[in-house]
Amino acid sequence: MWRQALGRLPALAVRGRPLGPGGGRAYAPPAERKRFYQNVSISQGEGGFEINLDHRKLKTPQAKLFTVPSEALAIAVATEWDSQKDTIKFYTMHLTTLCNTALDNPTQRNKVQLIRAAVKFLETDTLCYRVEEPAALAELQKKEWDPIVAWAEKRYNVTIGSSTSIMGPNIPASTRDTFISHLASYNMWALQGIEYVITQLKSLILSMGLIDRHITVEKAVLLSRLEEEYQIQRWGNVEWAHDYDLCELRARAAAGTLFVHLCSESSTVKHKLLQD
Amino acid sequence: MAALGSPLRTLRGLLRELRYVSGRAYRDTAAYRHVLAAFRAHRVTSEKLCRAQQELHFQAATYLCLLRSVRQHQALHREYHGRGERSPEEVAGLVGFRLPRQPGGKG
Repeated sequence: MWRQALGRLPALAVRGRPLGPGGGRAYAPPAERKRFYQNVSISQGEGGFEINLDHRKLKTPQAKLFTVPSEALAIAVATEWDSQKDTIKFYTMHLTTLCNTALDNPTQRNKVQLIRAAVKFLETDTLCYRVEEPAALAELQKKEWDPIVAWAEKRYNVTIGSSTSIMGPNIPASTRDTFISHLASYNMWALQGIEYVITQLKSLILSMGLIDRHITVEKAVLLSRLEEEYQIQRWGNVEWAHDYDLCELRARAAAGTLFVHLCSESSTVKHKLLQD
Repeated sequence: MAALGSPLRTLRGLLRELRYVSGRAYRDTAAYRHVLAAFRAHRVTSEKLCRAQQELHFQAATYLCLLRSVRQHQALHREYHGRGERSPEEVAGLVGFRLPRQPGGKG
């Protein structure tokens, strides 16, 4: 569990575990960090927007100052921190995590490596791996996934195709190059977001659909989990597993998409003259 | 283009999620002000297919999905996964036993 370094702050205190009779210990979940701040606010610094927890400035796990380029992103991160009630649940703060990753770059990858990792996913893209049986699932995959693949092929002028073999589709080098040059047009922050979304959804095509605003997050998650949804329809839904995973995937995909859009936009307001 | 529905619905959902996050004082938060300002700024336009409006609506819908799914995820976690293991007494109690008490030793 990483900790936020905020000047001089006491180390995380671990609550003593309760002892049962005979010295047996009952497992209690590890103590979480309590909310130690009252107000969350934003301020503009030299590098961008910063988050203030009470009067202290937020820092990344590697103790760098937490700065984001976009005001909307800063507001969303501040809302995440503000929404923590008694304890801080880092696993719900997806935008904060993404910003920390972009600022610290813990895997130390440069732009070329990130793009390569993202495009490599095309070879194992979910939408390209089809089943042959059960026939209903194969039919569903054809009905739901083919339009998206066709859209991607048309939009980027490439050939992708699909395959039922275990080796997967044969992606021509020109397709790979097209995607590499397309992704090169995004800045480093947006690329971290894109790579994150691809890893979560297990599909490059779906992620591009999200980035290009062709499909909504809910639809992308549904398409990514198509086989699971088919089995749920057939055998029933288990709330503590299926819904749990669904909500988590939706949250992560939405956070990643929002992150990419907020990091790669530049908004200008043009006032139109009112004509009477 | 993504099937997004009406912007009004997205806005109302967003405001409701912000209310769940912040409680009574949700109208004073920066997020509330920013969302309302953004929606107002892009409302008046003579073009039928305003690209900026579509972009904003998509962003708003994405943020709404984020807030909603985080809230639902937390609720599910609290209900099903938040309790840790049972203590030995509880486990014994499940089948109607009680743990033995021995003087000066185990139990």
